[in-house]
Amino acid sequence: MNAEKFLILKNPAAAPFAAVPCLSMDDFRAELIACNGTAAAFFEHAGKLVAILNSNTDDKIFVTSTAVPESRRYPALTPDRPMFHWFERELHEQTGIVPEGHPWLKPIRFTAEEAKPGVTDYFTMQGCAAHEVAVGPVHAGVIEPGHFRFQCMGEDVYSLEISLGYQHRGIEKMLTGGPDNRTLPVVEAIAGDSSTAYAGTYCRLLEALDGDCRISDRSEAIRAIAWELERIANHIGDLGALAGDVAYLPTASYCGRIRGDVLNTTAMICGNRFGRGLITPEGVGYALDDVRAAEMLKKLKQTEKDLNNALDLLFDSPSVLDRFENTGTVSRKTAADLGLVGMAARACGISCDTRSTHPYGWYKKSAPAIVTFPDGDVAARAAVRRGELAESYQFIYHLLENLPPESASVAPQKRMADAIAVSLGEGWRGMICMAAVTDNAGNFARFKSVDPSFHNWQGLAMALRGEQISNFPICNKSFNLSYCGHDL
Amino acid sequence: MMESFDLFGVLLWFTGFAAALLLSPLLGGIINKVKAFFAGRKGPRILQLYYDIAKLLKKGSIRSTTSGGLVSVFPLLNVTALLTASLLLPFSFAVSPFSFEGDLLLFLYLLGFGRVITTLGALDTGSSFEGMGASRELQFSVLAELAFLGIAAFLVIETKTYTLSAMLTGSHAGLHILAELCAAFALFIVLLVESCRVPFDDPETHLELTMIHEAMVLDNGGPGLAFIHYGAGLKLWMLSTFLVSMVLPGCSFYASPWIGLILQIGSIFCVAVLIGILESTTARYRFLKVPQMLLAAFAFSAVALLLLIFQGVK
Repeated sequence: MNAEKFLILKNPAAAPFAAVPCLSMDDFRAELIACNGTAAAFFEHAGKLVAILNSNTDDKIFVTSTAVPESRRYPALTPDRPMFHWFERELHEQTGIVPEGHPWLKPIRFTAEEAKPGVTDYFTMQGCAAHEVAVGPVHAGVIEPGHFRFQCMGEDVYSLEISLGYQHRGIEKMLTGGPDNRTLPVVEAIAGDSSTAYAGTYCRLLEALDGDCRISDRSEAIRAIAWELERIANHIGDLGALAGDVAYLPTASYCGRIRGDVLNTTAMICGNRFGRGLITPEGVGYALDDVRAAEMLKKLKQTEKDLNNALDLLFDSPSVLDRFENTGTVSRKTAADLGLVGMAARACGISCDTRSTHPYGWYKKSAPAIVTFPDGDVAARAAVRRGELAESYQFIYHLLENLPPESASVAPQKRMADAIAVSLGEGWRGMICMAAVTDNAGNFARFKSVDPSFHNWQGLAMALRGEQISNFPICNKSFNLSYCGHDL
Repeated sequence: MMESFDLFGVLLWFTGFAAALLLSPLLGGIINKVKAFFAGRKGPRILQLYYDIAKLLKKGSIRSTTSGGLVSVFPLLNVTALLTASLLLPFSFAVSPFSFEGDLLLFLYLLGFGRVITTLGALDTGSSFEGMGASRELQFSVLAELAFLGIAAFLVIETKTYTLSAMLTGSHAGLHILAELCAAFALFIVLLVESCRVPFDDPETHLELTMIHEAMVLDNGGPGLAFIHYGAGLKLWMLSTFLVSMVLPGCSFYASPWIGLILQIGSIFCVAVLIGILESTTARYRFLKVPQMLLAAFAFSAVALLLLIFQGVK
């Protein structure tokens, strides 16, 4: 990759903001269209349009920029690189910059004063068999709000349009000017089911901005345990929910209970089932002694045993497999074009996993193997979860049995001024990207957080094309994307 | 026929009829208990549906402003149709006092009436979910009716009568076991479809997009919903009675007619347990599979018929 066109970083890293190359608009577009990377963040700061991509082939992160034209209009990237679709709509909504030629330029979060979430233009379809089904924002289950607009021909879905923004809290604005005492709790609540992954990604951002800090091995190990426990709990919950959606009750009930047991294991470390307060810039907020580690190990082994029984039931049941297979298929090409990340991408055969490709923390020493599945359907997304569960369990067992000795950490104290910092982390859904540009005092002048769901909602919409509308719930559950993580 | 015997038979039948009216909400409770057992849960109490119905009857209800009013009366019309149809069934394995030659057709059409009035009531709300539910209900019931008619044809040919309770109580046990098993299997599939059970429909789901029957009644609440719940239980009881009577011989076969009554009720509970087991071990089929299963039910009824003819019954 051309070093003149891109600032090349490792994960996590910080560099002077001035070091980001400022290309001409033509070069900027050409490089972004040609770059073999996945869009991680795209935002305006200080009159510049900044793009961050994570390399698909090695452990690098590419950062580049261009000056925002006087007219505040530029030729859109989306027609040539569909993975920028959502980013360009976000940019337009946040800054008013117009990507000209964008195929469907409308708000994604409805943050403008007069805007109301969901009140906007939708694709429509005319014809005698065509009908429209609107689902949400208030759903029948206890889930977050989001609006789904289906254009159907009888039972077949012609297109699905997803309209979000109901959960917008203004996270990026809240974090600007920080960090302060509020920052970490806010970060942990960006997507509450990914608290530890978010806290970890944020702490590494601070570590990158300091440079002299050092997190002890033991703290890194405990952090990694928390991340993997989070992944395990959520994957179990999702597999149970998938079983429930096809009315396969035994696995649904068992997984509900086992998920609770795993969450309680997290609580054994820090007293909070979702790991809030566990990961701090100093390392970890709670020590884990060997007695407790042994207790956790015992408990986890029991949950794995129970889980395998429940999952064998599910995956050995022909009626379940019949529902999962060839349902909600996303092709590998579509996944790559849309820049899908995480588990959803791995289920399309794309080998991406920040833990291995852009390793950080304990994963630099060892990371669970990347689990991929080529089919791209609900069955593949379920199978990836099952494979990752096994990997994560083994990973945690090994760590709990071989916890490194206590040693002192040096927490991040100072922050590089006028710098850009990027930190990637693999939440259980996929890649979380955090980027911050600091002012001359080292405080956040711009804070950018991109949830994996931000990339993947488009994948869900594509999965429904030509699918039966009655299969929407299991397709949706198989992605299980975050509304609040997207809405910020 | 002896007058006294008839009187006793009528008494017996009415006892069975009363049991049907009183006990039918129990079936849902039994199914849920079995499912809870398989899922390792405690589950709702077995009488839950009675409490629900009592609670709903005390409530008021509202209806959508786009509706013409049918939405609030169809549950009552449906239950009325079901009650009328149940008068023709052979409770306690005894011939119904209301039966007449050809009442089989009335029975089938009363069930059909209940379904049509329910789908019209769903369309009346103007909701896209209920429209989808109604469309699915009709699509599948066309095929379910075909299978039901196949079973009816089998029974008519086997027992040579058009009177429903007579054909179900005719002592035909053991004569055509294979054919009867085929017909009973077909009827079991029809029973599952008609009473909206897994693997065809999921009465537990909260996901509107996957619902069939539940989608049609999303707008109902209060007494209307109570009637819908009661109607669902009654229909399941009626179809189970049909199934059990078809498989087991009539009341004259037993030492005491009261054994017939107990046996029938017990067998109906067993059908509920069977449904519970089935629901705990199978996932729901995707919609594209449902018509195939219904055609399979029809095929089974046709095979039953062919077996009869093959055995020389004309």
